[in-house]
Amino acid sequence: MTATPLLEVEGLTKRFGGVTAVAGCSFGVPEGSVTALVGPNGSGKTTAFNLITGYARADSGTVRFAGATVRRPDPVRLSRSGLTRTFQQARIFPDLTLVENMVAAVQLPWTATFTRRVRRAERERALQLLDEFGIARLAEERAGNLSYGQKKLLEFAAVLMGEPKLVLLDEPTAGVNPVLVEQIEERIRGLNARGLAFLVVEHNMNLVMRLCDPVVVLAQGTKLAEGHPDEVRNDARVLDAYLGG
Amino acid sequence: MTSAGLARAAAFLAVGIAFPFVFPAAWLVNIGVLTLMYAALATSWNLFSGYTGYVTLGQVAFFGLGAYTEAIVFEHVAIGSGYNPFYVLPLIGTGVALASLPVAWIALRTRAMTFAIVTLTLLFIVQQLAFNLHSVTHGSSGLMLPTPTTFGVDTYDQPFYFAMLGILCVALLLCFGILRSKLGLMLLAVREDEEKARGLGIRVTGAKLTAWWLHVFVTAMVGAVWAYYLTFIYPESSVDPLVMIGAVLMTFLGGRGTLWGPVIGALVLVPAQQYMLIHLGGGEGYLIGYAAVFVVVLLLMPRGILPSLRDVVLRTRERRRTRRMEARPA
Repeated sequence: MTATPLLEVEGLTKRFGGVTAVAGCSFGVPEGSVTALVGPNGSGKTTAFNLITGYARADSGTVRFAGATVRRPDPVRLSRSGLTRTFQQARIFPDLTLVENMVAAVQLPWTATFTRRVRRAERERALQLLDEFGIARLAEERAGNLSYGQKKLLEFAAVLMGEPKLVLLDEPTAGVNPVLVEQIEERIRGLNARGLAFLVVEHNMNLVMRLCDPVVVLAQGTKLAEGHPDEVRNDARVLDAYLGG
Repeated sequence: MTSAGLARAAAFLAVGIAFPFVFPAAWLVNIGVLTLMYAALATSWNLFSGYTGYVTLGQVAFFGLGAYTEAIVFEHVAIGSGYNPFYVLPLIGTGVALASLPVAWIALRTRAMTFAIVTLTLLFIVQQLAFNLHSVTHGSSGLMLPTPTTFGVDTYDQPFYFAMLGILCVALLLCFGILRSKLGLMLLAVREDEEKARGLGIRVTGAKLTAWWLHVFVTAMVGAVWAYYLTFIYPESSVDPLVMIGAVLMTFLGGRGTLWGPVIGALVLVPAQQYMLIHLGGGEGYLIGYAAVFVVVLLLMPRGILPSLRDVVLRTRERRRTRRMEARPA
């Protein structure tokens, strides 16, 4: 972990009126890691996500991704440079089929604007990914008809169509059944083994401890601790923040 | 294209071409011109608003710009045999559409209601310009176009009819092509969840501007033909909010976001309106009848004619399948 991290956040700050949601927050996501971002409710995890992915503008601080400073964070540009995310409430295109949802996430050059809606190679890639996520049999179904958990799987699968370098997952297992949690964990491990890095916001601590290294703990918008799961688990300040004090 | 789709398109084209020959009476062809005009306007409104979900109420501004461009050009240029004003249509469409892009780029920074209102103001701005740019538009006294003398008295309406039919076909082909292309997928993604689409790296602004460009391209050509058809235009008639409302209502009536919905909406509403105009007299009485048609259809098919019919067909098919399954011995 001596190399420069894939994503580096420094002094990130965001105020909403009188509330400082993120206050001088700094952390990194090492290349090829599954980094966890944890913290009690309201500690600024999702806001940090929004700042990093360009969905909100930071008041100050810098974000460096893949060696370059992100000057004007914009979701389209960031996504095209390999930084993509999922949402806490899975966001999919309900009126499109699963395959179309997947193909819409393929990052195309301008010149492809008037080419076929779903090309054969894209369909094959989509079906293959849907199969890995266990929802290939629903490929031609309207995405709006999926269950909540299946929508989460679809959203996760779809961002992979853009061939990202780093995926930010916002509570990937919130509200899904244990079988699905296992499946998502397995997918993250599989993809990570192939070199894909993750930054995961997650409340399921067992999962975080099993899956993630390093773990970054936020409280009231600032970093409280960062390190190996075992170190973090035994950190007195972390226990304090979670259990009150 | 499926064979059913091809058959539909062929049937539509055949009926469209045959109509003025089967019913050559001028008043009928006149209704035909108006119907096709509204069908083309509704189809191009649908091309932008139906697919992106951005409701524009400013389309008629570009109808008016097309009309005025045509009138201003042929105030100074000879119409030749009478067909020259038709040949320049693609140029007028291209020009007006290009000129509209900067405004669209700014307007598209807003969403939903704000976008509707911003585009609505475009309509009034263009109308005010038509009133006040006296030197080019002659203000409220209006602009005259030369009347073609080679079209013949009995068949005078026909060239305009076929021009409108041609533009409608272009609009339908564009819609069909878009729905089958990446652009269509991008636009639908914008309609469903634009923020999410951005997160996936979809260049939403470019996609929206492309659709906008195409819808203005068609709209301006329709306006140009309309101006030539009437040979006299003035600000209130060429930038008329009622025309705007008409095109939007027809799209809703037929089915927003569908290929044929806007055409069906126009086929129902325009003849109904003209029929009532003739039979209920010149007063405002016909507007009540016109509104009644609309209320009845919306009561029976709130999502529009096409989507509702599609539901009925699907349900019947399902029921039949279930019955067949039940009938089969276990």
